Amino acid sequence: MGDELIDHERAAQPGDADDRIRAEVEAIYRSDSRRVLATLIRLVGDFDLAEEALHDAFTAALTQWPSQGVPAEPRAWLVSTGRFKAVDVLRRRARADASTPELVRRLDEATGAIEDDDVGMEDDTLRLIFTCCHPAIAPDAQVAMTLREVCGLTTEEIAAAFLTRPPTIAQRIVRAKAKIRDAEIPYQVPARAELPDRLDAVLHVIYLVFNEGYSASSGASLTRRDLSAEAIRVGRLLAELLPEPEAVGLLALMLLHESRRPARTSEDGELVLLDDQDRSCWNAALIAEGRSRVATALASRRAGPYALQAAIAALHAEAPTARATDWSQIAGIYDVLLRIDPSPVVALNRAAAIAMRDGPLAGLVLIDEILARGELADYQHAHSARADLCRRLGRTAEARASYVRALALARQEPERRFLERRLNDLSP
Amino acid sequence: MKYLCLIYDDEKHMAALPKHEVEGLMRDYGAFTEGLKASGQLVASHRLQPIHTASTVRVRNGKVSATDGPYAETKEQLGGFYLIDARDLNDAIQVAAKIPSARLGSIEVRPIWEMS
Repeated sequence: MGDELIDHERAAQPGDADDRIRAEVEAIYRSDSRRVLATLIRLVGDFDLAEEALHDAFTAALTQWPSQGVPAEPRAWLVSTGRFKAVDVLRRRARADASTPELVRRLDEATGAIEDDDVGMEDDTLRLIFTCCHPAIAPDAQVAMTLREVCGLTTEEIAAAFLTRPPTIAQRIVRAKAKIRDAEIPYQVPARAELPDRLDAVLHVIYLVFNEGYSASSGASLTRRDLSAEAIRVGRLLAELLPEPEAVGLLALMLLHESRRPARTSEDGELVLLDDQDRSCWNAALIAEGRSRVATALASRRAGPYALQAAIAALHAEAPTARATDWSQIAGIYDVLLRIDPSPVVALNRAAAIAMRDGPLAGLVLIDEILARGELADYQHAHSARADLCRRLGRTAEARASYVRALALARQEPERRFLERRLNDLSP
Repeated sequence: MKYLCLIYDDEKHMAALPKHEVEGLMRDYGAFTEGLKASGQLVASHRLQPIHTASTVRVRNGKVSATDGPYAETKEQLGGFYLIDARDLNDAIQVAAKIPSARLGSIEVRPIWEMS
């Protein structure tokens, strides 16, 4: 490192200095452009104008910093430059359109010095997250807006990750921005009274993005893994800026799921169930962080569904083998979870935990009750779980029927192959 | 900014409500409307006659046609509205959530297209 620096200085040429500045601008773009954008949106009151201003500010940095040097507070410089650029754009528009002078005047008045104030910038990032995940925006557009505006992914990257075409994503984003503007969705963090519901919506979007990346088929695994990484990044940001128990709980849940990723697929891309995973492949650092976040969320005594699911994932992570897992504590957490979130999927997972605690028959009785209510008739995992319990009870014909049903519902290739293997393994 | 809060509910369900529940609902509406007036957010509000009184008017090739309907194919029908003044959409959603029918049917919140 030291040698490299000396070498660099010995060969100092204007071109090298430019390269260094360029690299520095690029680094600041990667680390701070979203925060600068979040503040610009607040200052200029418009997403598109703020994006244009952000672009102009970084272009200005590339041309001015080589001669003037990198400013002491680059973010504040970028925000202030961006705002001046936005005023310029508005002035130009004002000549063509009579309705903008008022906006120009308002922006001009607010040209006081911009502090590089971390609290202010953090609030802006939260404003951006809550606005992108506003419940009045269509759900698929919330996801696209979050990835575009908060994570800075391009529409092409988002389209690739969701296996759709860039124009589709672009259109969702255009519509969402139009709604924000025309319906006057305010750029703000919700008040205390609204926070629980609004936070739920944000957490839902983050978890959706995570799952899209986590449960992906192996074919597109590369781009989709990035989605999980982005979800964890936003989740971490949110948990740090707004340490509500459920925000912390969701982060813990994602970290603990992510820790098992290397063990979830075999070398030839086949799905490996939790019981059969090589636990030495689990990522210990992610598990440690996940467990400590779970402890924080549970200590608040306001743990919700995400924190409880994370607590279950932590119990799995702590177990040396599937057999040695604390199934009775897991079943107990599912009882609590079912009380606050009485969904059939939670009931199904509880049944699976009870099967591990009390034996397959106890679990099968519960699953058959759930299926009898018709709630999960088209849910692949209900049938595959039932098949598995029947297999363990030696009820081969029933197991076969349930595997066939699960296979008919399975859409992802590794899952299909897994079910086919299980079907073939059943004794005739 | 002005928002129109359109109240949709199931007329059949409303007609089948016991008398004391209807009276309770009307009291809630009275209190809600008074509250909106007091806060200065009420621009206008009306309850509509049931859907069977509705007519649909179209002009095609200069010819006026007025027909019965719209037929209530959907479960919920437009039953009334509040035109309100709100700070922004969040404020409007907070107001709409307090409309008594929000508990029974649904409220569509639409920003008014301001002519400048």
